[in-house]
Amino acid sequence: MSVPYTGPKVCLWTLDHPNPAALETYVANGGYAALKKILAEKVPAEKIIEEVKLSALRGRGGAGFPTGLKWSFMPRNYDGDKYVVCNTDEGEPGTFKDRDIVEFNPHQLIEGMIIAGYTLGARAGYNYIHGEIFELYQSWEKALEEARAAGYLGKNICGSGWDFDLHAHHGYGAYVCGEETALLESLEGKKGQPRFKPPFPASYGLYGKPTTINNTETLASIPWIMRHGGQAFLDLGKPNNGGTKIFSISGHVNKPGNYEIPLGTPFGDLLEMAGGVRNGHKLKAVIPGGSSAPVLPADVMMACTLDFDSIAKAGSMLGSGAVIVMDETTCMVKALERLSYFYYEESCGQCTPCREGTGWMYRVIKRIEHGEGRPEDLDLLMNVGTNIAGRTICALGDAAVGPVQSFIKHFRKEFEYHIEHKKCLVGS
Amino acid sequence: MTRCIHCSRCVRFGQEIAGMMELGMPGRGEHMEVMPFLAHQVTSELSGNVIDLCPVGALTSKPFRFSARPWELSRRRTISPHDGLGANMAVHVKGNHVFRATPVENEAVNECWLADRDRYSYQAINSDERLLAPMVKDGGHWVELDWRKALAQAAGALKVIRENHGGDAIGFIASPRQTVEELHLFQKLARALGSENVDSRIDRADFSGTRAGVEWLGMPVADLSGLDRCLVVGSSLRKEQPLVAQRLRQAVKKGLQLNVVHAADDDLLCRVANKLIVRPSGLVEALAQVAKAAGARIDGLGTVAVSAAAQAMAESLKSGASKAVLLGAVAQQHPAAAQLHALAQAIAEATGARFGFLVDSADQVGAGVVNCRPGQGGAHAAAMFAEAKKAYVILGAEPELEAWNSAQARRALESAELVVVLSPFKTRTMDYAQVMLPVAAYAETAGSYVSMEGRLQSFRAAAAPQGEARPAWKVLRVLGNQLELPGFDQDTVAQVLAEALPQGEATIAGRLGNGIAGVAVTALHAGTGIERLGETPIYQLDAYTRRAPALQATADGQAGQAAAASGSLIARLGLSIDKPVKVSQDGAETVLKLVRDDALPDDVVRVPACLAAASRLGARYGELTLEKM
Repeated sequence: MSVPYTGPKVCLWTLDHPNPAALETYVANGGYAALKKILAEKVPAEKIIEEVKLSALRGRGGAGFPTGLKWSFMPRNYDGDKYVVCNTDEGEPGTFKDRDIVEFNPHQLIEGMIIAGYTLGARAGYNYIHGEIFELYQSWEKALEEARAAGYLGKNICGSGWDFDLHAHHGYGAYVCGEETALLESLEGKKGQPRFKPPFPASYGLYGKPTTINNTETLASIPWIMRHGGQAFLDLGKPNNGGTKIFSISGHVNKPGNYEIPLGTPFGDLLEMAGGVRNGHKLKAVIPGGSSAPVLPADVMMACTLDFDSIAKAGSMLGSGAVIVMDETTCMVKALERLSYFYYEESCGQCTPCREGTGWMYRVIKRIEHGEGRPEDLDLLMNVGTNIAGRTICALGDAAVGPVQSFIKHFRKEFEYHIEHKKCLVGS
Repeated sequence: MTRCIHCSRCVRFGQEIAGMMELGMPGRGEHMEVMPFLAHQVTSELSGNVIDLCPVGALTSKPFRFSARPWELSRRRTISPHDGLGANMAVHVKGNHVFRATPVENEAVNECWLADRDRYSYQAINSDERLLAPMVKDGGHWVELDWRKALAQAAGALKVIRENHGGDAIGFIASPRQTVEELHLFQKLARALGSENVDSRIDRADFSGTRAGVEWLGMPVADLSGLDRCLVVGSSLRKEQPLVAQRLRQAVKKGLQLNVVHAADDDLLCRVANKLIVRPSGLVEALAQVAKAAGARIDGLGTVAVSAAAQAMAESLKSGASKAVLLGAVAQQHPAAAQLHALAQAIAEATGARFGFLVDSADQVGAGVVNCRPGQGGAHAAAMFAEAKKAYVILGAEPELEAWNSAQARRALESAELVVVLSPFKTRTMDYAQVMLPVAAYAETAGSYVSMEGRLQSFRAAAAPQGEARPAWKVLRVLGNQLELPGFDQDTVAQVLAEALPQGEATIAGRLGNGIAGVAVTALHAGTGIERLGETPIYQLDAYTRRAPALQATADGQAGQAAAASGSLIARLGLSIDKPVKVSQDGAETVLKLVRDDALPDDVVRVPACLAAASRLGARYGELTLEKM
């Protein structure tokens, strides 16, 4: 692969055109063609799901669940309302890809949601947009109006006799509302707290009706798959990891930002695209998939390719593709203190292990960072973590534990130095 | 909130059981806090249950907390003395002082809940107003006597009345919250003295018609949970029967269609299928509409025009499998109660529904079963006050507050030559009584109640009576001895019960019956003036609730002391909300605070009964006028 990547892009290709968000730009480049074809030929839902399965499209929100499989969970013969929900509650620290899709290619997302609605038998869809980026909510509403005026939404879409509409909803910035069932609760107007599963949203979702929730990037990839075929999408990436993926690279690099590259690209290439580590420093560690993903030391990370399987093998996760780069000047204790504070503030409080444990971990890390650590603290942190992970309704507990345990695992020396010398190893 | 573990059981209780979510948990994670997140305080009539279901003791009982250690308390079972449900509960006692009351689980009765009035009325047991020694009025002054002298004086005075005027000159009024044993001995005493004037239905106006037996719920309480169609007539359900309302609310969630005919559109905190809200004088006509729509076989409905709501109610009642028609306290206290009774019975017959009464007193059914009712030629409660007797014996009641026409009752009692009062409290009866005999409060006496479903529930004394007070059954027994009457030689409360109800619940079952005959439906024309709706407020129900400061301090307690009218009536009369207003009825007047309640129909003013300030007005229903102060 060449650096920078010049091959086909799935989501952010409109940025190569002037006026990227406009309906005309999208339509002129083959937009809504897939939808029209599906509606005109009345392509059966099974066939669309087969195509998505073939593409090996995996959930872009973090869990990497195969999208085709998820869609096939929806009850086929359910006689009542069903819903499609798009999760644009991009709360994961380090992630900033979905906002660019909504901002620069909203119509591909709209088309993806309409196709999803058609496939799953839904009559309405909702896009839950992160509350802290309100302009996005407004620009999304504008795009919906455009699509409605052009006949892609509302009654009798493209003359097919089929009705479908989309609505926007914006949250208020709670991290936990990115969890699919908490998002549904919030969408219903309740307090955003995850639901116990099962039942899964596919059988009991929004307002108790079968619901499919997908990440923005996932849904935005659907039109491309329908237009070019599942095989073409799969060929972009590598087996079991189809397509390109947007990586939000941030931290100590010269050119942070969103880079859409095929899955399976070596990490070194991405780092090169981002201009390398800033000021010629040495790479120390990378969090490859957003703040919930365990940290990986530089040597491990440099040996990885960027796809779900390779990173999982290395002991972390691709997550939402938020690559946080840390150079040698980073104090890992301080970095972890900041991460733990986030989870402490964002725990919804429903499950005791998470509510109490995130605060506990934060306070212990804080005292280590501030020279008040005790020798037994590291074991305590590992122990508290073990008692949170797997003991909560949603994955926020696990997500809070991931960084703590991995930071200590890979950088135990720094923590011990902090405790022993009451100062930082990095600066001294 | 340092103890709170954020389990949210209290929040869920509000949502799922009490029917209104008054507690919430704003904040996230560690910052989450339980608080009343609406503008007002917690107003639910079931609010105390959150104390029981809080697993860590973060929510505590304000009157009780920090006053005793739970392990020092003896937990003794008793039965709630208030409404006819007979809620099972335990009072917690230390050193003969009742510290608190908690529910005892009984799925067939109160499930695991307790209404606030059951929970907090124990405060009255420890009230400063307790009558602690026998007292006799001597030359206009009250003097304390020992029991022997006091009983001798009471017996002597009663003998004089009987000799001078005959036994029929004595009226016997009992509270329907006394035990079966006490009521049995009370009516026995009356009859032995030659009086058939004995009654416990002090808040009723209409005694006409021929009744088949003692009015009761007509079914087990637990069956209310399984109803799928129900018509409730004249009941402020939540305030009158907090736990029955809770049962019906759960049933509504499972598909019960609740139909309501009432004089106020109170929020029942559940879906009401159909409702007819009319002024009190229009209740008979409203129910007649339903009867006509249901095709009930009852005469006199020729001119009645059936409204759409009545039609829908009749259709609702005709469908469904398990259904009931229930008469509430407003219907029972209504001036044309017998007509409502007959109409409801006809509707139940026509629709195949069960028919019953929401009995608002713990032992009203028991009083009927032991025949604490006027016999041949005797006067019922209202007649005893309408035509004053020479003497009265009063057991536990406060007629000057509770009677249907409280002003008339007071006049009758004041004109009497002799009033003997057996009461746990220094009541206003002291203004006119000659002898005050202190008797045990609830939880201080052994005995039994018969609940509205005919369930006989016996209990032992949980604490010794305060001061010189004695259990009323013992006082009555000794009074019988003093009067040299036969049949007053029981040694234990069990002997009294065996005499009153030889076969226990079987005896009760044989005496129950809701049928009525010989009533013509005539009150089909509603009045036109401003009318009084004289309900008993939830916390003015009896002598105990009136003397429980915790209950009086609640929103319901405060609301029970004010007159209420709809906003449009207040505007029309040029009155001001939350200001005193002059209320006049039957030539008497009083001043009450006026509050706004848009649940009331126009031209209806809720002027609570059982309230000292309103007692001089008189009848619970009738025309009245409001004037600006």
